[in-house]
Amino acid sequence: MALTREQLAQRVAQEFQDGYYINLGIGIPTLAANYIPEGVEVMLQSENGLLGMGPFPREDEVDPDLINAGKQTVTMARGASIFSSADSFAMIRGGHVDLTVLGAFEVDCQGNIASYMIPGKLIKGMGGAMDLVAGADNIIVTMTHASKHGESKLLNTCTLPLTGKGCIKRVLTDLALLDIEDGSFILRERAPGVSVEEIVRLTAGKLVVPGHVPEMQFA
Amino acid sequence: MSGFDKVVGSYEEAMAGLEDNMTVIAGGFGLCGIPENLIKEIKRKGTRGLTVVSNNCGTDKFGLGILLVDKQIRKMVASYVGENALFEAQMMSGELEVELTPQGTLAEKMRAGGAGIPAFYTATGYGTPVGEGKEVRQFKGRHYILEEAIQGDFSIAKAWKADRYGNLVFRKTARNFNPMAVTAGRIAVVEVEEIVEVGALDPDEIHLPGIYVNRLIQGTFEKNIEQRTVRSA
Repeated sequence: MALTREQLAQRVAQEFQDGYYINLGIGIPTLAANYIPEGVEVMLQSENGLLGMGPFPREDEVDPDLINAGKQTVTMARGASIFSSADSFAMIRGGHVDLTVLGAFEVDCQGNIASYMIPGKLIKGMGGAMDLVAGADNIIVTMTHASKHGESKLLNTCTLPLTGKGCIKRVLTDLALLDIEDGSFILRERAPGVSVEEIVRLTAGKLVVPGHVPEMQFA
Repeated sequence: MSGFDKVVGSYEEAMAGLEDNMTVIAGGFGLCGIPENLIKEIKRKGTRGLTVVSNNCGTDKFGLGILLVDKQIRKMVASYVGENALFEAQMMSGELEVELTPQGTLAEKMRAGGAGIPAFYTATGYGTPVGEGKEVRQFKGRHYILEEAIQGDFSIAKAWKADRYGNLVFRKTARNFNPMAVTAGRIAVVEVEEIVEVGALDPDEIHLPGIYVNRLIQGTFEKNIEQRTVRSA
């Protein structure tokens, strides 16, 4: 079975290590904050100028001066700090954020990512995504493996305009966890009940399948 | 009255000298920390042909979006413009020129503009549409593109508190682009919730020194929320 949104978030959260500063993109990446492993303390960076993002506020805590990068009202965690957008992206561009998780339309086996623009459709903008993929070393892209029509989103070469070039090394889809090394996807884990054959069929880009591909483990 | 006193008496005075076809740099992220009353004053004035530099362009009914109603903006430089139907319509019809700029690059363009740095290299956007036509250089084996600083005829910003000299204190994530926006405007106009006497702010707690501020005004704010998200008790 393909992973649910919650399982994708859970699997992302398994990558969280104690003491990590983490930037989570909008959507599934944000959900990962609900599954931080026990005994692991992380600090969430929101690129509009908050390090140490807390949960959504209670009704009486709502503050229009305190939002996240998705423009949602949030709270501050203990030990949080506030800074300008320039400082925020100095942190990101300077490689100080330990893990970045974001979504994409396509990735390819060269480590390219396309996530912000579909020509001919409305162009909303890249926000901070280009800075995040250029600045971070440790990035996980979360996405569906293929479109509803069964077209692979893991390609040899991205067809959409790029958000970043040669910067993606790890992709988590609803079917598999893959690394990108030396111009190939490498299948590391498969979703419970999903066969290697199905993943091979739905991966258009060059794919290396090791002898043993374990199933993902969920608590 | 001291020559350092930046306080002006009215919004009309705050935006005096803004003319058609000027460039205005605005602080704010979404609807958070936007100079909402200064934007309303630009709408009232009816200034046209503006180039506006801001992370976002408000919504249909609030923030910079209200300047689209009478087509006062000719060009928008922003990182994300997704919340606005009028924006979409004018962009699609070609009436509104849009220069999409990565968020961090936009912040740094403003910072550089205020700091006397004409351009800087960044890896952000290399190999993407943003990098097209821009100078590329390699440092330590990595590719970077040259991005130019931004300066404005005016900058408009919102802070929480100020003293009469224009020393500014921001509040929570309403800080965002505001400090850099202030520094990058030839005439920097800031509106705040409270103006205190000089000496009332601890110098260590001032986020942006008054040297960057030309005009200061106290206003009242609606502070609209785009995505009101709460958890149950």
